[in-house]
Amino acid sequence: MNQFQYVRPTKPQAAIDAVAKDANAKFIAGGTNLVDLMKRGVMTPQKLVDINRLPLAKIERQGNTLRLGALALNSAVANDAQVRERHPLLSLALNAGASPQLRNMATVGGNMLQRTRCTYFYDLSMPCNKRQPGTGCGALEGINRMHAIFGFSDKCIAVHPSDMSVALVALDATVLVSGPKGNRQLAFADFHRLPGDTPERDSNLEPGELITAVDVPDSPFTKHVHYQKVRERASYAFALLSVAAALDLDGNTIKAARLAMGGVAHKPWRLTAAEQVLVGKPATEDTFRQAATVAMQGAKAFKHNAYKLRLAPNTIVQALKTAAAV
Amino acid sequence: MNSEPDVPANHDENRRTFLKQSSLLTALALVPGPVVSAAAAKLDERVADAFEKIPLSLKVNGVKHKLSVEPRATLLDLLREQLHLTGTKKGCDYGQCGACTVHVDGQRVNACLSFAVMHDGQEITTIEGLADGDKLHPMQEAFVKHDGFQCGYCTPGQIMSAVACVREGHAGSEGEIREYMSGNICRCGAYANIVAAIQDVKQGGQKV
Repeated sequence: MNQFQYVRPTKPQAAIDAVAKDANAKFIAGGTNLVDLMKRGVMTPQKLVDINRLPLAKIERQGNTLRLGALALNSAVANDAQVRERHPLLSLALNAGASPQLRNMATVGGNMLQRTRCTYFYDLSMPCNKRQPGTGCGALEGINRMHAIFGFSDKCIAVHPSDMSVALVALDATVLVSGPKGNRQLAFADFHRLPGDTPERDSNLEPGELITAVDVPDSPFTKHVHYQKVRERASYAFALLSVAAALDLDGNTIKAARLAMGGVAHKPWRLTAAEQVLVGKPATEDTFRQAATVAMQGAKAFKHNAYKLRLAPNTIVQALKTAAAV
Repeated sequence: MNSEPDVPANHDENRRTFLKQSSLLTALALVPGPVVSAAAAKLDERVADAFEKIPLSLKVNGVKHKLSVEPRATLLDLLREQLHLTGTKKGCDYGQCGACTVHVDGQRVNACLSFAVMHDGQEITTIEGLADGDKLHPMQEAFVKHDGFQCGYCTPGQIMSAVACVREGHAGSEGEIREYMSGNICRCGAYANIVAAIQDVKQGGQKV
């Protein structure tokens, strides 16, 4: 691994200054992805700014929202009593990700900022526009069974690997950010980017900006929720794809719905049009199938991931059936 | 090697010492004279040390250590290479196998995926810190009793994870144990016996 400088500030502003002033500096929190990438030489920061001593790990209520500190551990959020009571979908998604050990290290902010697991991104001998802009996309004509079916470009067809983020986009969360120019907020759906011509940028964070918290607003989605993750072993594997489903039911009638998918795009993929199909209809398999059909509009597969075109709608239906207990 | 070669307790250490000494001699023999004198002056090294090394205080298995480490040393490498606690294993070194599982402030983590310097002031427990003198920890006993291993390479990580699994309250059923032990891969496939060992400890109600 390359040598690097290490600093450990205790105030957020000092951390922000350290990274804003140095293009080769990176924040490190849990390190579960960055250390991995540094060992492989995929990322080679010259300076690491350890943010673990910043006071950003609280989980607390703020008015009508639950504020998740950016440094709250994935395990702490998943097991938090308020999260389990008010946002069980988030708890389910978190517990579907990684392993207990990794969830004890990974943070809210780090989970959002983890890089894609596209094997071409990790393999230094392969072209990758995300790792090295302008070199091409190895996956486009390569082994692309794990890759995107929505929102890709000819520059990048990688998917975002987070489970937590799929739940947070479904729950209309807000990302709180501090940077050299002050504080700002982003809707969770606007935080991650589609690849377009700049796949090297995963998110809309500006240089030196630090995620400080994620706000999850109260919602009626406290009961009929499910996170369905499809993977190649029962646990501890990245998703082939996943579905976060949340329903607000009045008897058997759907009053409101939230749907999002993971493992299908460069960002957590909210299915707003499919949600609208569900509202006002009875919670039946037929309704869920209609929503799934709408959800799949615009999907396109590559040579090795055509299975996702069938797996995705079936998983949407399964997730909704489980959420509704139909 | 100076001591009796047939003393089992020292055998491994003697082998390591011998290997270190002999490779050091080989290395010196191959290095040209001027480089050796420069190295003897240790000027480069001292300059590099001042720039690279960071002070680190750790409590490992109840023992306090004042260390000086390169930022790029992982917790796993520090434990194995500097503190010679080689019970914690390096399997994949990328957070995919769990062989390096240790407890940091009581929580199980993958030692391969964090830099040692990030743990300043924290308390680490490794497999060497579980037993009470010669008395094995109940989880160690249960792994022996249920044959929870074949080659044994993943076992320290499995046991550290298993202890945490019970302490966290995630050993309520076979399904729950399997889910909460999924971060520890056993290529020999001793899973059934590992689950039995954990259930035995859980049902035995011993303090873990």
